[in-house]
Amino acid sequence: MDIPFTVKNRPDTGLYNGKLGVWLFLASEVMLFGGLFSAYIFLRTGAESWPIGADILNVPLATLNTLFLISSSVTMVMSWASLKLNDLKKFKLYLGLTFLLATAFLVVKYFEYSAKFHHHLYPSTNNFLGIYFTMTGLHMLHVIGGMIVIFYFLVPGVKMWDSNPSRFINRIEIIGLYWHFVDLIWIFLFPVLYLL
Amino acid sequence: MYTVHHKESFWAKYIFSTDHKIIGLQYGITSLVWLLFGFTLMMIMRYQLAYPESPVPFIGGLLGDGGILPSEMYNSLGVMHGTIMIFLGVVPLAFGAFGNYFLPLQIGAIDMAFPKLNASSYWMYFVGSVIMVIGFFVPGGAANSGWTSYPPLANIATMGQTVWLFGMVMLITSSLLGSINILVTVIQLRTDGMTWLKLPIFVWGQFITAFLLILAFPPLEAAGVLQLMDRLAGTSFFMPSGLVVSGEVMTNAGGGSPLLWQHLFWFLAHPEVYVLILPAFGIVTEVMANNIRKPIWGYKALVYSMIFLGFMSFIVWAHHMYLTGMGTTIGAFFQTTTMIISIPSVVILTALLISLWGGSIRFNTPMLFALGFLPMFGIGGLTGLPLGLAASDIHLHDTYYVIGHFHYVVAPGTIFALFAGIYYWFPKMTGKRTNETLGKLHFFFSFIFMNGVFMPMFVQGLAGVSRRLWDGGEVYAHAADYLYLNEVMSVSAWLLGLAQIFFIVNMIISLKGEKTGEVNPWNATTLDWTDTTSPPLGHGNFEKIPVVHRGPYEYSVPGSKVDFIPQSEKG
Repeated sequence: MDIPFTVKNRPDTGLYNGKLGVWLFLASEVMLFGGLFSAYIFLRTGAESWPIGADILNVPLATLNTLFLISSSVTMVMSWASLKLNDLKKFKLYLGLTFLLATAFLVVKYFEYSAKFHHHLYPSTNNFLGIYFTMTGLHMLHVIGGMIVIFYFLVPGVKMWDSNPSRFINRIEIIGLYWHFVDLIWIFLFPVLYLL
Repeated sequence: MYTVHHKESFWAKYIFSTDHKIIGLQYGITSLVWLLFGFTLMMIMRYQLAYPESPVPFIGGLLGDGGILPSEMYNSLGVMHGTIMIFLGVVPLAFGAFGNYFLPLQIGAIDMAFPKLNASSYWMYFVGSVIMVIGFFVPGGAANSGWTSYPPLANIATMGQTVWLFGMVMLITSSLLGSINILVTVIQLRTDGMTWLKLPIFVWGQFITAFLLILAFPPLEAAGVLQLMDRLAGTSFFMPSGLVVSGEVMTNAGGGSPLLWQHLFWFLAHPEVYVLILPAFGIVTEVMANNIRKPIWGYKALVYSMIFLGFMSFIVWAHHMYLTGMGTTIGAFFQTTTMIISIPSVVILTALLISLWGGSIRFNTPMLFALGFLPMFGIGGLTGLPLGLAASDIHLHDTYYVIGHFHYVVAPGTIFALFAGIYYWFPKMTGKRTNETLGKLHFFFSFIFMNGVFMPMFVQGLAGVSRRLWDGGEVYAHAADYLYLNEVMSVSAWLLGLAQIFFIVNMIISLKGEKTGEVNPWNATTLDWTDTTSPPLGHGNFEKIPVVHRGPYEYSVPGSKVDFIPQSEKG
């Protein structure tokens, strides 16, 4: 006996199990980052002085990173759409691009972090840098987690395309939803930490 | 893919199973062991409270020089008692065990929505709980800054605190996975005809609990990450400027706020109270409906009250923080919401109480525990009101009154409900019956000694005895007349421990007993009893997926030949 609605939508909710699951997971992620953003507001309003992000952080590099992540969201949608159009080759191309863009994001982040350490700016230096490293670090962990799953669907997991294509499309949709969320978090982090 | 297994090895069948029933049992057995362990810690602490600075018998050699419980270790035991009872004991039992085992059965599902996720959630809980206990073996002992881990004390505490935080992160992640699973299962896998208002109250309780967990736990995870950063990377999120510790000014950057932790912590920990109590409401309602042989009074009122309770629990958290100098406006807001949240609790309790009226009550062991729950939770709830109002809270804050209050809610409240559930569903899990005499002895002794432990706490608290005192309050001249109660409470606690032997013996001899062959021994109406075969249930639970035609509590329907009509019976 199979568990119902793993592939098909349940008529009254219009969702399959995995999609509902990932939406609920994202709701909890909103609360996780919501807690951190609240902490940021709490610390900043209570602080005697608070540096302007742009004075310390590298805005051009972060802008480049924003571009990378937004593009990766676009390629993510394209890979899902390619599957819907039954084009496995294009799917691999676009998902591979997503993976590359994510790698580029991490490389830029690595240069940003090491530049900070080089100038003796550590999480312990002040609370602005503390929350900067904590939030971007946690975001980076989310990016890495996403990349692991993307890699799985790109190489070993892709064989499901032959055995159960509609379920495979669902899986790509789910990782896509997660990936857009990771992108969205960055779109909040960028102005809050770098610009405000 | 979900497949039916044949001839599985022991490991595949009982250890790495993805069957919701086995995972439920894993949760249940693990959490019962932790409950006993957490209770043992408290029995050690109570010796020190009753007879300060005299050697603890039997296990004194483990504790310190001369067998006397050292004060640092007393603090560790207190933290670990709280943490273990809540996060390793009651929640995994109420939510992990009962939710996993019976929720799919009651909604007519063949398993949880994500069986593999379910197994990984159990194993994360297991690993998290082991990490917690590893704390005892690191230098400086287990976490010792209170179960609330308030900074800056927790920031500068010994290594045990770091272990505690890692353990918490694991436990939080585990319960997030578990709650997502429960929510998706209820929303997606209800069988045909099982509309929302035909769900048993038990399912509602689990469903709302799961919502609380996924929305309230992440902020604590955020707080845990921040505290880990403070401890490991030297940040100052919770460290104010110019903090002086043991006469030395701390060298960290400062500028942080200890209050930030309190907000993030209580944003979880108040909904957590309802995480503890909502599954208990659910279990008690099932047991009561079955044993009064009539419909529960006010089904819809119960459902809407529980939803409202869940919602309100997110906006009352700062009533734990009246003494932080938050200002009267914010205080007024949280006092108001706190008074409002007491209304649905009263509605629920009243509905259950009125349900008894005119019932033909069967006083079996599960019903006794369910009946015991009502006044005990009532006392716990009503004694909470003075704590919800800032003016009276100033006097009672951090005294034994608080301890008495929340223990009445959780110990004779939730834990009685859990015992009721264990006795009630034991035939479903094993096909055997528990011994009624031992069960009743277990109930009456537990009932008496629970009150013996917790009732005197109100007296001591009103007299001004602070919580977390190693010497049992000897420093308080004003409370000298009430210190003899320490001994009363301690002896009650040890006798309460002895009373649990009835439970353990009952479980062992009942498990060894013969199968009764009854499928529905309680003549219940819900799908878990009526449409499954006799235990052990195989993969897939049902021979034929049931279809639901009526509400969950159709007992003593006029004109019917029997006094119960299963939910799946056409009508």
